Amino acid sequence: MADEVILLDFWPSPFGVRARIALREKGVKFEYREENLRDKSPLLLQMNPVHKKIPVLIHNGKPVCESMNVVQYIDEVWSDKNPLLPSDPYQRAQARFWVDFIDTKVYEPADKIWSTKGEVQETAKKEYIEALKILEAELGDKPYFGGDNFGFVDIAMTGYYMWFEASEKCGNFRIEPECPTLMASARRCLQRDSVVNSVPDPEKIVEFAFKIRKIYCV
Amino acid sequence: MNQEEQVQVLGLWGSPFSKRVEMVLKLKGIPYEYIEEDVYVQKSPRLLKLNPIHKKVPVLVHQGKSIAESLVIVEYIEDTWTTSYPMLPHDPYERSMARFWAKYADDKVMLTLWKACWGPESEREKMVEEAYDGLKYLEEELGDKQFFGGETIGLVDIAADFIAYWFGIAQEASGVMIMTAERFPKLQRWSQNFVRNNIIKEVLPPKEKLMALFKAQFGNNASNEA
Repeated sequence: MADEVILLDFWPSPFGVRARIALREKGVKFEYREENLRDKSPLLLQMNPVHKKIPVLIHNGKPVCESMNVVQYIDEVWSDKNPLLPSDPYQRAQARFWVDFIDTKVYEPADKIWSTKGEVQETAKKEYIEALKILEAELGDKPYFGGDNFGFVDIAMTGYYMWFEASEKCGNFRIEPECPTLMASARRCLQRDSVVNSVPDPEKIVEFAFKIRKIYCV
Repeated sequence: MNQEEQVQVLGLWGSPFSKRVEMVLKLKGIPYEYIEEDVYVQKSPRLLKLNPIHKKVPVLVHQGKSIAESLVIVEYIEDTWTTSYPMLPHDPYERSMARFWAKYADDKVMLTLWKACWGPESEREKMVEEAYDGLKYLEEELGDKQFFGGETIGLVDIAADFIAYWFGIAQEASGVMIMTAERFPKLQRWSQNFVRNNIIKEVLPPKEKLMALFKAQFGNNASNEA
């Protein structure tokens, strides 16, 4: 019996894109379903009743929620190619640690950059750059956080890399002078086939960011 | 056992995060050296060196390398010591469910319970409602199982340790009653199973000491524990 893989997603989501990338890294055929987050489908509400959020991966009728949990699930099920997590327990722990760092220390200020202004936005920009600098120090001179291979932490960060331009324009600042080697890794990630096929046109993300900024930022 | 193989845990006596690591080590029968870090008084140079990013406990040191963040540590222990007391199921779907509920208990529920007891008065009612919602989902997920992990303690039980033990004491100390036997009979039964477990009960901090700590800190934020 062939696998049925459905992804409930929202095109500009930095979290949804992680699931798309992971599926494409593994060569998994899936059905992409766009969700209107202002009018969530009955399927989404049924499959993720606790959070009612995307992405939700539905594999043979069973839902998996929370983006990095989805990525880990994809890695464990389709384990025959392109491992996303290292096999060494210490390296795996480091990958999980840095994903936790990203989803706390990068997420919170990133969110505030497009949705706030004035002092709050300035503080968010500072915290965002601080977090990116810590990540850049961790990256060192490796091409990817995964070393020579694109992996778990890189997938987590790509959601933010695709939003770099929108963040810069909303916040009126530039990331590259602050974090040149992270930016080089970002470009490398954004050129991967799985990422090119998963990430929307950056112009469209900028447009979307300004649209929602008008709503949230009175 | 040589120096490299020895496991060390930097922890805080009353911290549910710190205790998660000790619980899993003990369940798996892994010997370790415990080092108390009084993070509220002074963070030691050792802690700052081993966890420079967050400067928090718990930290696990093994084979000369340090790992931080309690649930990351638990998964490291699970990946490293694979033959005794598995904390996660084998099946990838069941594993993803365990990770989902562990994160839910850790991220959402624990925080709302804490805020419901000690958050600002103005937000109290909203936090209490959110706490009820969070516990309701956990009650449903637990169902008639002895533990979230089934017949044995698993990742979700460990992640929910605050709910099983610390929260009952916090309720007494703050006077805010949320998790009652009437409203959440399954969670109540589960928490008793958990704290009475022979291994878990050896690890739990003394109730009187926690009660005194909570009463003294009433209204303060705990920001030194990971």
